[in-house]
Amino acid sequence: MSEALLEVRRLKKYFPINAGLLNRTVGYVKAVDDISFTIQPGETFGLVGESGSGKSTVGRTILRLHEKTSGDVLFKGIPFHGLPKTEVRKLRPKMQLIFQDPYSSLNPRIRIGDAIGESLLEHGLAEKDELRDVVLDVLEACGLSSYHYSRFPHEFSGGQRQRLGIARALVLNPDFIIADEPVSALDVSIQAQIINLFQKLQHTRGLTYLFISHDLSVVEHLCNRIGVMYLGSMMEMASRDELFSRPLHPYTKALLSAIPVPVPRLKRERIVLKGDIPSPANPPSGCKFHTRCPLATAQCKELVPEFRLVGDDHYVACHLV
Amino acid sequence: MNSLIEINNLSTYFESGAGTVKAVDDISFRIREGETVCIVGESGCGKSITAMSIMGLVDEPHGKVVGGQIRFGDKDLLKISKEEMRRIRGNDISIIFQEPMSSLNPVITIGRQIMEPLMLHQKLNKKQAYARALELIELVGISRAEQIAASYPHQLSGGMLQRIMIAIAISCGPKLLIADEPTTALDVTIQAQVLETLRQSKEQSNMSIMLITHDLGVVAEMADYVIVMYAGKIVEEGDVEELFERPKHPYTRGLLKSKPIIGQRAEQLYSIPGQVPSPLELTESCYFHDRCESCIPICRIRQPKLSEVAAGHLAACWLYEEEAEA
Repeated sequence: MSEALLEVRRLKKYFPINAGLLNRTVGYVKAVDDISFTIQPGETFGLVGESGSGKSTVGRTILRLHEKTSGDVLFKGIPFHGLPKTEVRKLRPKMQLIFQDPYSSLNPRIRIGDAIGESLLEHGLAEKDELRDVVLDVLEACGLSSYHYSRFPHEFSGGQRQRLGIARALVLNPDFIIADEPVSALDVSIQAQIINLFQKLQHTRGLTYLFISHDLSVVEHLCNRIGVMYLGSMMEMASRDELFSRPLHPYTKALLSAIPVPVPRLKRERIVLKGDIPSPANPPSGCKFHTRCPLATAQCKELVPEFRLVGDDHYVACHLV
Repeated sequence: MNSLIEINNLSTYFESGAGTVKAVDDISFRIREGETVCIVGESGCGKSITAMSIMGLVDEPHGKVVGGQIRFGDKDLLKISKEEMRRIRGNDISIIFQEPMSSLNPVITIGRQIMEPLMLHQKLNKKQAYARALELIELVGISRAEQIAASYPHQLSGGMLQRIMIAIAISCGPKLLIADEPTTALDVTIQAQVLETLRQSKEQSNMSIMLITHDLGVVAEMADYVIVMYAGKIVEEGDVEELFERPKHPYTRGLLKSKPIIGQRAEQLYSIPGQVPSPLELTESCYFHDRCESCIPICRIRQPKLSEVAAGHLAACWLYEEEAEA
């Protein structure tokens, strides 16, 4: 196998909880708790989970938007988190992030062309006189037109704004893009357009994606390998075909069965999970899922299951498998 | 089954600086007793405004119901007094919204908020109302009812709050429950719980549900009858099985094809080109014509009428009008 583009080793990110008169740290929210995975060049790795599972924090910690608590992130073999700030800056254009709501990351008073071109100048990747052409190329690649160059953010629809978010990441010619719920806020017909755009860009530019989403049907469509997160831990990780045809973890099974399928009167056996996702500040002992797991045993309450290889590149953290 | 509510030629317009927005434009449908009708459509298609118009909650003076009739029993909801409407609202027709947090008062306990409509509409005394509130909390699948009744909204999760909203909405035994995107803000596992709760409450009381959603999966799971809206108009309607198996309108077909479905992976997703037209730039044409694969010349000139394309299945599309004429 070729060298991994991104390797995440036992990454942890704890946020301190401060309280009291002296603002002492009284505990930690373990948003990301010992996560490891690798992404090969040209691959799309999907990270799924419910709100509060820590999937976004993984993305942000990889990019050093949060400083990690412990663990390692290797980008093309380089330990990204150990580099001094100046070196990190040089690598930044190669790793880009796309958000769910691009509108909130665009300055309403700056024209689109300038907003997209800004990062090029900042990183010294283009001269002023060629800037316009580079930006126009990227706009076109993202399905926008040249007359959009001098428009303001409010003149765009939701789908177009997401295209802008993609264009802005793409203009720096990155190798790796983290997309954090990029299609969740969009209508179905627009969502399909953006998903197709992601695929097209991957083919034409050889991009590698970390695709973060709560929507398993979108993830199945786009991703080669998928990791399922729950309360900061990875519960199951496998190739797409393996995960969807042979889900092993009870949580993955429940997630899959909870998705409404657009076929009327389909009688399915559904696992309706009881209760809510517990607070990550005070996660359950043993297996974090045991409070909602329909199959939980006494062992699950006490012993943390090991995240281990059970099949062909198929990892799972469950005592019962 | 008898009709519970009949909406005839309802139009709701909004005035903006740039012109009139026809948010709901001449739509008619009915909901029968014990039936679940789903209204599907993308943002801006007028599905929520339809609900607000029925409830008499359109934000005046910007928006106004400019025409039509809403027959509920022997009354026209658009003609009755505000006082009468207030009695119907919460009692006979109730509504739940997407964001439960913003519909609940943050400084009043959950219990008291469930008791309020019971005391107001059902004239229960405090003790009776409290007992009923506890029953309702259990009915929507939450244990520890007493503890929940004493807590405040911020202490509960989104899924719990949405179930509390359902408890409040069904507290007075409404004949019609309008649910406007009730599960959109929730995780899938919680969505499954809330849909289950809705289904159970319906079975127990034979109420009708008008469910507004953009998720075709939710529609397939919940609906008896489906109405598809686009740019303020109904473009297609029919029984859920008929509509999903034999969709007629190119928009409905496109919507069904563009949703990724687990286990049915395609190389590329179908996508409807373009985007919803601006409500200020609508012309005499079919509103969908510039995104439609099957567009024919007449689509650019005149708007098709909603007419029967199969037994109990209506669509507004020239493709079928032509067939009918030929």
